[in-house]
Amino acid sequence: MEPVLELRGVNKSFGAVDVLHDVDFSVTPGEVTALVGDNGAGKSTLVKCIGGTYTFDSGEYLFEGQPVTVHTPRDSAALGIEIVYQDLALCDNLDIVQNMFLGRETLSGITLDEVSMEQAARRTLTSLSVRTVKSVRQRVSSLSGGQRQTVAIAKAVLWNSKVVMLDEPTAALGVAQTAQVLDLVRRLADQGLGVLLISHNMNDVLQVADRIGVLYLGRMAAMVKRSDVTQTQLVELITTGRVGGIGLQPATTGANG
Amino acid sequence: MSRPVLHKPEQVTAPAELAGAEDPAPRSGSVGEHINSYFTRVRAGDMGSLPAFGGLVVLVAFFWAVHPSFGSLGNLSDLIKQSSPTICLAMGLVFVLLLGEIDLAAGTAAGVCACVMTRLSVGYEVHWSVAILGALGCGIVIGVLTGILCAKVRIPSFVVTLALFLAFQGVSLMIVNNGPGQTGNVSLADSFLGSIYNGQMDAWAGWVVAAVVVLVYAAVKVSTFVRRQRAGLITDPAAVLLVKVGSLAVASAVVVYLLNQNRALNKAGSIANVNGHLVKVPGQKLLGVPWVVLLIVLLFGGLTFLLTRTRYGRHVYATGGNTEAARRAGIPVDRIRISVFVISSFMASIAGILLASNLRGVDANTGGGNTLLLAVGAAVIGGTSLFGGKGRPLDAVIGGLVIAVIANGMSDLVKGANSSAVQFIVTGAVLLLAAAVDALSRRRAGATGAG
Repeated sequence: MEPVLELRGVNKSFGAVDVLHDVDFSVTPGEVTALVGDNGAGKSTLVKCIGGTYTFDSGEYLFEGQPVTVHTPRDSAALGIEIVYQDLALCDNLDIVQNMFLGRETLSGITLDEVSMEQAARRTLTSLSVRTVKSVRQRVSSLSGGQRQTVAIAKAVLWNSKVVMLDEPTAALGVAQTAQVLDLVRRLADQGLGVLLISHNMNDVLQVADRIGVLYLGRMAAMVKRSDVTQTQLVELITTGRVGGIGLQPATTGANG
Repeated sequence: MSRPVLHKPEQVTAPAELAGAEDPAPRSGSVGEHINSYFTRVRAGDMGSLPAFGGLVVLVAFFWAVHPSFGSLGNLSDLIKQSSPTICLAMGLVFVLLLGEIDLAAGTAAGVCACVMTRLSVGYEVHWSVAILGALGCGIVIGVLTGILCAKVRIPSFVVTLALFLAFQGVSLMIVNNGPGQTGNVSLADSFLGSIYNGQMDAWAGWVVAAVVVLVYAAVKVSTFVRRQRAGLITDPAAVLLVKVGSLAVASAVVVYLLNQNRALNKAGSIANVNGHLVKVPGQKLLGVPWVVLLIVLLFGGLTFLLTRTRYGRHVYATGGNTEAARRAGIPVDRIRISVFVISSFMASIAGILLASNLRGVDANTGGGNTLLLAVGAAVIGGTSLFGGKGRPLDAVIGGLVIAVIANGMSDLVKGANSSAVQFIVTGAVLLLAAAVDALSRRRAGATGAG
């Protein structure tokens, strides 16, 4: 399947510090692509560049096969890329519907069209088979961490998005809630979205991802199928950049696995 | 991106799926459930206006019991009038407090606007409408200035408005001590400007206002109810709707009826001895709903609409709840921040007009003293949070009435040298109590995960 989002040989440096070096990466619709790597490997920078917070210095950024320029978060949102932030970006004092439509409220005349927003929010949650939320008019402050994450993800899905990037979606969650959220991540992909999951948690990644990209010191050490690696191999890839035949070979700097 | 496109709409069967198996198809909840969910909210620390409303009832009952003249018709009308400048200021402050900011200059800004209006009318002899426009315009300019200093220069609002609080006292002093016409203690001669606060409408007009208020409220509630039912969404039970509209109708009817009674102190007339002749002095007549009631109702309705039904209001709540989330959602938070100061200062200018109208004049102290703190107290007592994100214009109205009842009741209760001292102490204590309730309910909301 054609990737919905593809990066070819992108670079990014901050002053003298090379953060991303000739990185190739892609997200395919219908798949969960995980992005892993140790602290400082460049995950956040890569995600921020995709989202438009930063701009790549060089390299190609293709969306649905077409080269695009993404300079601001607005550009990426217009393409259909939604980011679910680690710190959630929800307003505690607003209810679920209000949060899902924040900044993009539906109006009828000059007043808010609460009825159509509530229906759309319900439909989205229903389509994601979310059953943990009692009422869509609950305030977000009354929700658990998992429910909040669910709302944040549903918010990203509401907007006809094609790629959803999730930044450490399970970092603050308990076991049951993590399972719920991973379940939801899987369903997003099953609906045909390209899902990019950034995570530190090996269990989560191995459980839900179809493909795994490993960043090592700013280089893409490997882009492997989930079925091709074991947890031990993955950990070694993250910590040393190579394992067996895959990964960065000592002689060939800059090459991709 | 105006219409959300949904994935797999064919999966949408019934909202019941969302609410759980035991939750049947769309319906209006039962009255019992409604009451239950209300108490759940109260337990979680979200008490709304309940404590303030309860406090109002208790205070009125107390003052009436210890001092029967507190409940006189004349005092009822006085109470409502006295509360009006505080309510105006407080309704504006609610917007600022919603962002977690403070406007300490609102009181003296009201003073400056009152002085501008009075000077225009007295020194420059302009028509009253021009004088009022001058005051309102002055309020807007002050708001823009404050907002830019806070949002763009990024000085904390506490510091900006504290500085302006001091500066505006000087501005007021300069306006009353200079310029054409009277200086020092300037008296308003214009009869219209004087009657804004002191005048009352005819008896029939009071009934018309009450009827319109009830009808508009009922129309809004019923249309929301019908649209939600048609769309298959859960609504409040119809009985609750009826009770709400019914109680508003009864309450406004009672208030208008009482205010339409003759409240003149000498209504019977008397026989006086003039130069040895007995002369009949006719009884006096003073009745009608004060005009300020209409003013407050209109402002309250307008601001409530703005906050709850428009995109702007939603963005104010969002910015107050989580500024970073609001920014990421594309909300222009700087512009929202400036706008709330403009609203606050605009409402302050209206309060200033009322203050000047009340005394039929101004001096350098108009809007100074405890004017601002009483208004902040009113908003907080009503249930607006000092931490941002929570508050309604209704809070300002109820809180403003509480403040007026305390001031009015205490001045009757404690006479003599310590009268105003006790009033200060009691009002301060009530403000502290309200702030403590706010802080504790916030902690409670954090602990229970609701709020």
